[in-house]
Amino acid sequence: MKKMRFSIYRYNPETDAKPYMQDYEVEIGPKDIKLLDVLTKLKAMDDTVSFRRSCREGICGSDGMNINGKNGLACLTDVATLAEPVTLRPLPGLPVVRDLIVDMTQFFKQYHSIKPYVVNNTPAPERERLQSPEDRKELDGLYECILCACCSTSCPSFWWNPDKFVGPAGLLAAYRFIADTRDEITSERLDNLEDPYRLFRCHTIMNCVDVCPKHLNPTRAIGKIKDLMVKRAV
Amino acid sequence: MGVPVRRFDAVIVGGGGAGLRAALQLSEAGLKTAVLSKVFPTRSHTVAAQGGISASLGNVQEDHWQWHMYDTVKGSDWLGDQDAIEFMCRTAPDAVVELEHFGMPFDRLENGKIYQRPFGGHTQHNGKTPVQRACAAADRTGHAMLHTLYQRNVRANTQFFVEWMALDLIRDADGDVVGVTALEMETGDIYILHAKAVLFATGGAGRIYAASTNAFINTGDGLGMCVRAGLPLEDMEFWQFHPTGVAGAGVLITEGVRGEGGILLNANGERFMERYAPNLKDLAPRDFVSRSMELEVLEGRGCGPHKDHVLLKLDHLGPDIINQRLPGIREIAIKFAGVDPIKEPIPVIPTCHYMMGGIPTNYRGEVVAPQGDNPEARVNGFYAAGECACASVHGANRLGTNSLLDLVVFGKSAGDSMIKYIRDEMPTWKDLPADAADRSLARVARLDGQTNGEEVADVRAAMQRTVQSRAGVFRNGANLKLGVDEIAQVAERARLLQIKDKSKVFNTARVEALEVENLIEVAVATLVAAEARKESRGAHAHDDYPTRDDENWMKHSLYFGSDRSLRYKPVHTKPLSVDYIPPKERTF
Repeated sequence: MKKMRFSIYRYNPETDAKPYMQDYEVEIGPKDIKLLDVLTKLKAMDDTVSFRRSCREGICGSDGMNINGKNGLACLTDVATLAEPVTLRPLPGLPVVRDLIVDMTQFFKQYHSIKPYVVNNTPAPERERLQSPEDRKELDGLYECILCACCSTSCPSFWWNPDKFVGPAGLLAAYRFIADTRDEITSERLDNLEDPYRLFRCHTIMNCVDVCPKHLNPTRAIGKIKDLMVKRAV
Repeated sequence: MGVPVRRFDAVIVGGGGAGLRAALQLSEAGLKTAVLSKVFPTRSHTVAAQGGISASLGNVQEDHWQWHMYDTVKGSDWLGDQDAIEFMCRTAPDAVVELEHFGMPFDRLENGKIYQRPFGGHTQHNGKTPVQRACAAADRTGHAMLHTLYQRNVRANTQFFVEWMALDLIRDADGDVVGVTALEMETGDIYILHAKAVLFATGGAGRIYAASTNAFINTGDGLGMCVRAGLPLEDMEFWQFHPTGVAGAGVLITEGVRGEGGILLNANGERFMERYAPNLKDLAPRDFVSRSMELEVLEGRGCGPHKDHVLLKLDHLGPDIINQRLPGIREIAIKFAGVDPIKEPIPVIPTCHYMMGGIPTNYRGEVVAPQGDNPEARVNGFYAAGECACASVHGANRLGTNSLLDLVVFGKSAGDSMIKYIRDEMPTWKDLPADAADRSLARVARLDGQTNGEEVADVRAAMQRTVQSRAGVFRNGANLKLGVDEIAQVAERARLLQIKDKSKVFNTARVEALEVENLIEVAVATLVAAEARKESRGAHAHDDYPTRDDENWMKHSLYFGSDRSLRYKPVHTKPLSVDYIPPKERTF
């Protein structure tokens, strides 16, 4: 069996004055295909190594981490593609709770700040509200976000201003509701983003696009919001 | 012991589809509600549901809730309770329309209505022709639904306790439920949550099997808590094997693939389902398709070097349909099977997917348990909904897309029942018993003090091997007897679980150990109930008793953990408003 070397960020606030990197060697068997498979095996060897995980198929968004310098989901990352030692760190820019587990409060606060729900104050019909397939298509590439935070925590603008800049995930969601023909408060949504920081801290660095495990494009969504802002200004 | 107490009108354990739907009801009614979830709510396993949510909207073809009801009763192999099934199917159109009004991004038909696709066992005219009843958001329906429900709860200002794990149910001397104990994972602190009403929406427990489509978090926590609190579990012998898990990886491939026209092939390239189910073919219900696949493999017609799987072919659908209707499946097949389904078939095997049994409830979401002559006395203050509950709408086999429906229908109905109970019967809180937190504190203390014990990963693996090998798609008496003995031994080992990590902050080793304690309760219940049922019904296929025996076995099992005993109670044969659907032979 092949052995692989890992270097993992460790920090337990109860016992460690500061974080450190710990080296591990793990035997890679035929069933250890994804990075999460290996981490699960490693946890059986050392149960103090802490990380989040759940669905193991890239839909729950739990196991975002920084893998050899790039954010990604452990469950979707083929371990065979990784250069050794495989360096694992928590998602950058958020406070570390322990090891690879970050405090995502700020991330979700920004998500909540864009009113992430359809607002339609017209009395609802008895049946579904109608939406053409073309209008529905506008939501593709937006609604699939899994809130893993890989994008926002790869964004320098979010690192510097996590309290003021909504960040790529939140802005992708903002556009998801603007683009929904059933939503009636586009103008209020734009007001909510018309601010030097909330939207305009995006400098189209496009790290978000590069890392998104669902192949979504927050930069494009942000561009569309900016277009709408310009349009209503003229 | 000085365990801090927090007080709410209602406590909901679980932030998946059922928990979030119930939470919405309670929050909007203005009740002080806490939703506890082991994971951030949108990480709950509802998110992984793919194919659709059923409702007889009739957007594509004529459909009626009575046909949906017939299909569900037949799908359940006549173990489902017909009052609960009627309630669910009759409510379904409203429940789905409500989700649409909440903002759920359903796919659309040309006329702007919700897109519906065919699914296993969904028919018109009581079994005659397939019907498009599954309302879908591409192949991400669960994701779309869960995020929409979460978003709606953000709007309703629901109070979430994220990454809090409930440990034990608190019952007082009357047997009434007055709260739960819970572990705040970030700090390691234990709290008592004192409530007038508690809802369990804790999801499934598919991780008792070695190969499962379920997430790591699906550890049957609600069921473990019930067993420890002296409450029974219903119909635990019935586990659904989804026909199409990715061979080796276990990841789910939706039945919607076959709904869109995908077919199953054996090693000879034969579409074998035509032989087993001449009418519905690849869209027969899941228990039926899974058995057919296993027979193909057992008879030597499996595919691959080990002849151990079959193939799911969909390349004939063309790239447009695949990219538009099944984009997530394409992604999964590429990532987990190493094949692009636009060009190649996906290797699949039946994989543990869903728990039909669970905490006994009625269709109002009230938990019920035997008391004297009454097999279904209400347990005051206690409610359950979703996969952890057994209403029972799925009986011995669940129809695809009825699970998402179950979540929203019974989440709402349980929420309504709780509101009524709190307002009409509970002007104030019942007292907490003096020993309310003792069991939980003892469990955690034992874990912290245990030395020379058993490794969590080892015990979990032993349990999974046992359940997988003894309670699979096909079962037999000798194997089940062995399984009962083996799982009892594993359960003994589980008493000595040990962890090396004794720290407080986000101790996931402790969480996993507590989860294994819950899984073990579910695994024992499964084997004991399966060993006892001497017939074949739905997902319980018994080689020694290959036919359904309505005379002796058309009844629900109730498992009691204290002495690992079983009792039985009758199936509800009286629907709410329509005629009883009497048992028939189940062919497709």
